[in-house]
Amino acid sequence: MDLTLKIWRQKNSNTEGKFVTYEVKDISHESSFLEMLDVLNIGLEEKGEEPVHFDHDCREGICGMCSLYINGKPHGPQQTTTCQLHMRSFKSGQTIWIEPWRAKAFPVIKDLVTDRSAFDRIIQAGGYISVNTGGVPDANEIPIPRKIADEAMDSATCIGCGACVAACKNASAMLFVSAKVTHLGLLPQGKVEAKTRVENMVAQMDAEGFGACTNTGACAAECPKEIPLANIAKMNRDFIGARLTSENV
Amino acid sequence: MSWLTDSLKSSIFRKLLMALTGLFLILFLTVHLAGNIQLIFNDEGQAFNIYAHTMAHNPFIQLVSKFNFAFIVIHVIYSIWLSRINKTARPVKYGYSAASTNSPWTSRNMGILGTLILVFLVIHLKGFWWEFKNDSIPMITYDGETMPNVFLVVKAAYSNIWYAAVYVVSMFFVGFHLSHGFASAFQTLGLNHVKYTPAIKAIGKGYAIIVPAVFALIPILIYIKSLG
Repeated sequence: MDLTLKIWRQKNSNTEGKFVTYEVKDISHESSFLEMLDVLNIGLEEKGEEPVHFDHDCREGICGMCSLYINGKPHGPQQTTTCQLHMRSFKSGQTIWIEPWRAKAFPVIKDLVTDRSAFDRIIQAGGYISVNTGGVPDANEIPIPRKIADEAMDSATCIGCGACVAACKNASAMLFVSAKVTHLGLLPQGKVEAKTRVENMVAQMDAEGFGACTNTGACAAECPKEIPLANIAKMNRDFIGARLTSENV
Repeated sequence: MSWLTDSLKSSIFRKLLMALTGLFLILFLTVHLAGNIQLIFNDEGQAFNIYAHTMAHNPFIQLVSKFNFAFIVIHVIYSIWLSRINKTARPVKYGYSAASTNSPWTSRNMGILGTLILVFLVIHLKGFWWEFKNDSIPMITYDGETMPNVFLVVKAAYSNIWYAAVYVVSMFFVGFHLSHGFASAFQTLGLNHVKYTPAIKAIGKGYAIIVPAVFALIPILIYIKSLG
């Protein structure tokens, strides 16, 4: 299949970027989206041009490294990660717009690569448990009901890719933070610090310059790990409760 | 008290204030509609005039109306504040957007809808509330009690096609604003539950259609009556 690509090119975080149009030919509909970009980059290198920079790592949909805002949607037309998106989701002759995540808190480093360390700093603010974990504990040492374990696991599947921020009209990180708060807050080890955690993580989220939530639902609709909007309601509940009852004055 | 000031500055508390004031305004709309319904009684406005007079002299209602104005101001100021933060959170816009595929139009345009409602509110308050407060209304006497004939002012206003049309169009804005705002307020308050959320959403949609529709019906009926 032959495609026209409109790709955001930006030299670094200090310069302004622009869309550059590229043509790629004879792309297999079985190749992944990132493989299609690899083909483009091989062509560019052969011509002595600078290849298009983009983030990727595992290419198995589990690391959260790939991003790309494709034709107006994070990770493209399917609710998956960009690495798991295949060219069969497009038609030959189609024009595809490829942009980086756009948010003040995710500055562009180069082309399609953004700095998502704001998420790391939110995790550092409270996305952990302060106990010495030691060796691997016995499986049933701490009894956790199956339902709670499943719910915590559902939230733990958040890979921190930032699609929620990219999809949100306010570039809000509420879905990401709510997934982390819910995952840890449901488990007995995490409950101990639940109030401080939600207070600190929300404070860091605000400090990073993410927007507020308008409950549009775009984040949950685009999340490749299907984190539900109900998590945000739970975080609101947890945060309001924590602010009113925690001993952090 | 730094925890309190810090809390009030947080994005979640700002949204909380939007939700709480919004829910109060929804409650107010319901009461307002219950009063307005009396405009279509076939009694030349007697029931409505007596109702308006009673409300204007009830200290509790007067206190609530002060809160109502305060909540409108808070709702507007916080929406401006939040919108500014939300706009700055994305300094460079996307070149291509497909937002309609993942979120309803109303949810993405609450600010525009709210602004249009605010413009309507200014016209609305100028036309009725202001006139009422400044005693520039003819009086009428029922059973020995003299009171302003508010009905006359309303009738005169809605006999004007343009005034009636602005009112009816504005009710569409109110409806769209409510169709997202009603359920959204509950979500912000943290009230999301598999049992209740579908009901809240259904009630919200129903409220957003029925209440503005009945509000809009009143000037339409008054206008039609004025023709005959």
